[in-house]
Amino acid sequence: MAVFGGRRREDNPALPPGQHLTESFPVLSAGPTPSMDTADWEFFIHTETGKTHRWNWGQFLALPSADITVDIHCVTSWSKLGTSWRGVSLDTLFAEVETGFDFVMAHSYGGYTTNLPLEEILDGKAWIAYEYEGAELDPEHGGPARLLVPHLYFWKSAKWVRGLTMQREDNPGFWEEYGYNLHGDPWREERYS
Amino acid sequence: MTSPSAGWLTGSLTRAHPLTTSARSITFTVPSWPGNDAGQHVDVRLTSPDGYQAVRSYSIASAGPGEMIELAIDRLPDGEVSPFLVNDLELGDTVELRGPLGGWFVWRPDQPQPVQLIAGGSGVVPFIAMTRAHASAGNSVPMQLLYSLRTPEDAFFRDELSQLAATVRTTWHYTSIVPPGWSRSAGRLTAKDLQRETLPPEKTPLTYICGSTGFVETVSRALTSLGHAPDAIRTERFGGT
Repeated sequence: MAVFGGRRREDNPALPPGQHLTESFPVLSAGPTPSMDTADWEFFIHTETGKTHRWNWGQFLALPSADITVDIHCVTSWSKLGTSWRGVSLDTLFAEVETGFDFVMAHSYGGYTTNLPLEEILDGKAWIAYEYEGAELDPEHGGPARLLVPHLYFWKSAKWVRGLTMQREDNPGFWEEYGYNLHGDPWREERYS
Repeated sequence: MTSPSAGWLTGSLTRAHPLTTSARSITFTVPSWPGNDAGQHVDVRLTSPDGYQAVRSYSIASAGPGEMIELAIDRLPDGEVSPFLVNDLELGDTVELRGPLGGWFVWRPDQPQPVQLIAGGSGVVPFIAMTRAHASAGNSVPMQLLYSLRTPEDAFFRDELSQLAATVRTTWHYTSIVPPGWSRSAGRLTAKDLQRETLPPEKTPLTYICGSTGFVETVSRALTSLGHAPDAIRTERFGGT
């Protein structure tokens, strides 16, 4: 009988259960990478009253931004520690938004969607990121801008994000429709539904 | 969609054979395996005697009902799990499996569109499952494969793909070394190659691409520039995991 030794000992407390470290930055996408000119880029938040808050690229970059250093965890079991980003906090974007709904659906250029509870993206827990490791975000990693919700599995950090629509119920997004967990907490291994 | 079984199942290695000098086909018998669609994947968990565990996700080369699943594993030079599965695992040994997983990068026999499959290297594995599902369903929907390889020795399942040629044609493409007498020179797939060797947009195919990130990015960009609708292209990339 062959005995598995395991080459890497990863009893790193920063690593959630079932995850292993990677130095590279693997890409998981369902389709082609959309090419998005920042001249045409827009980010919106749409609420149940019919009101839509909009930012074009220039308005978005003029918002206060933050440097963020976080660990990221992909449901396919890789984790990458200490990644650095620059982005705009969702708290800033939601400052003027009035809503009674508790959930959001994130929409991306290219058609991807993912669902999130509003409380999971406020209070300093989520950003719209546009720089990675000091350089503009590559298209294959979600540029020009992506959602960054590092405390949930990384499919929640929608690439090529273009807006958030408030929703009353926690309706499933793209991968969630295909059997992934509605919530996606890596520390509770909420991988699949 | 075939739904995953709840939790981990135990599978014992029933069959194994080398595919290339660095890759091996391994077939597990997994009691309670619910069957799987072509293109789905499975998590494999290994546990060392001291309780340390490692999990990796692999595409399944087989499709359909039954308790046998075949994986085709390429050994990564710096891998932790793949060298063990390729070099060490013996017949009768057990691993834990969770799945089947993924409902997007799949092909089902009731899909009406013509199908173009484009593989880079070991990205061919889900397509082996799709060609098998196509053959076993006696399906008449056109399906063809463009298989890009570094060298002729890197081919997985060459004999099987050749035997299927009457129903699923495979076009072989070599990026580094071509076979003796090959009419084309070695090189990366270009937009011109894709235009010549894949189903055109007018046939409204569903195109699946699987390979490294670089391969998938290059091929999908070329296909959209040839006029394929982005939502008619499905992709799966393997990273350094």
